[in-house]
Amino acid sequence: MMGVVARTMPNRDVLDVLCPMHLRIDARGLIIGAGPTIQKLRPDDPLEGRAFLDVFRVSRPRGILTIDNLWKARDIKLHLSMVGAPPAQLKGVMVADAQGGAIVNLSFGISILQAVSDYALTNADFAATDLAIEMLYLVEAKSAAMEASRKLNLRLQGAKIAAEVQAFTDTLTGLGNRRALDQTLERMITSGAAFAVMHIDLDYFKTVNDTLGHAAGDHVLQVVARAMVEETRASDTVARVGGDEFTVILPDVRNIDVLERVGQRIIDRIEVPIPFNGTDCTISASIGTVWMQASSAITRELVLEHADIALYASKHKGRACQTFYSPDLRESANSGTPPSGREGRKV
Amino acid sequence: MHGLILRSIQNYMTDSYGRTAWLQAVAQAVPDHPDFEAMLSYNDTLAPAVLDAMGAVLNRPRSEVMEDIGTYLVSHPNTEAVRRLLRFGGMNFEDFLHSLDDMPDRARMAVSDLHLPAIELHEHDEGRYSLICDSPLSDFGYLMMGVLRVMADDYGALAMLDHAGHTGGRETVSIQLIERDYADGRSFNLGAWAS
Repeated sequence: MMGVVARTMPNRDVLDVLCPMHLRIDARGLIIGAGPTIQKLRPDDPLEGRAFLDVFRVSRPRGILTIDNLWKARDIKLHLSMVGAPPAQLKGVMVADAQGGAIVNLSFGISILQAVSDYALTNADFAATDLAIEMLYLVEAKSAAMEASRKLNLRLQGAKIAAEVQAFTDTLTGLGNRRALDQTLERMITSGAAFAVMHIDLDYFKTVNDTLGHAAGDHVLQVVARAMVEETRASDTVARVGGDEFTVILPDVRNIDVLERVGQRIIDRIEVPIPFNGTDCTISASIGTVWMQASSAITRELVLEHADIALYASKHKGRACQTFYSPDLRESANSGTPPSGREGRKV
Repeated sequence: MHGLILRSIQNYMTDSYGRTAWLQAVAQAVPDHPDFEAMLSYNDTLAPAVLDAMGAVLNRPRSEVMEDIGTYLVSHPNTEAVRRLLRFGGMNFEDFLHSLDDMPDRARMAVSDLHLPAIELHEHDEGRYSLICDSPLSDFGYLMMGVLRVMADDYGALAMLDHAGHTGGRETVSIQLIERDYADGRSFNLGAWAS
């Protein structure tokens, strides 16, 4: 008889080792034995002698409120929560024993992360075969690896932004370059709003370079770049698109007088002699300007071509002036004579 | 070689001797890599070159530098994660020693392309062990000695360690566990990381 009992009902010591979160309940649903770990969850509150359904709420399957319901839920997965604080979400399974009662084995499932800190659990609280410790190890190791990857991603993103900025910047003047100009212009055209483009070519710059050297030329370009930024609004884009060629994109331009004034200011500023090593570098600027009305269909290439034609006309008129593009300029550009010495005359 | 290994070597140098010492060493070994990224892979030749340069800068033999790195890995606050992950290996120092065989597999479970040197624990009579290390990095056994010394303290065990030499690219560390519960050791709270 004892042999039969021992086979069908493992003794308490065996269960404590194999299933430290087990409970034994009798036919009335009273807890008559609790494994050491499940008892550790409520250290001041002995589980033995209490009704199972008073201590545990079965959340799935639903509707298990009486002991008779509970018996029907044998051998299937149960989702339970333990009454009291701190709350514990548990998974379990119940099997009938030989005495008309049952053994319920419980586990934390995914709430293990919370449980180990809530109840200060240690390796000794888990069965030797339980994967809980391995799961905790993995979560911690994977999180550390993920954090390292996240930091790398942030650094790479920062480097990417810096590289992009560099790719769109003219290193000598700090202005945007041709790539920046193309991008901004494309955006303006797509938006369909009114905007203007000024193509600015320095007059007599080649003379500075030839007579005073490249250092003087570089200095002049930097001073001129600063002047253009100062004479335009923050929302305007100033780009250096060639050796001594600049382009300004001006969004939201409502009338041509504004463009007249901005262009004149830029020319006036550029004509201020720039001292370099005791010598004044005197240059000027010719400007070709296109004023695009809102939602006019046009391509980037065409806008720049129009600005170029207008610039050509300014050069033709004797430099140091601004010309606005109009279709008739195109004809005179095609038939006209080239301006004398585009690269400038000697000072 | 995995960036985690190179980055650990870098962190050891900067945390212990400062950024200048690191830059000095790395400039000798790999001028174009002042910093290693933990989650990238690098050429296998870099680690030995960097370790040699570090030895030169610090004027210390490789074996001492390696043992110091081992100590650093499991005792410095910046590398607490390593100590914690190792402590998952066992409840006491003996348990921990037996878990070392699994260390490369455990590491790969976390970071699939991280290949740690193969290590193998042999148990002789009571309390006597040999740890066989098979690593492409020479003097890796010394690094393990540094790790084991700190971990013994961590578990509160008293152990004697000895580098028992190289044979055919393998190194042997002999371990004599004198007392398992010699001191209190440091606490290890399973949930400390999550909370």
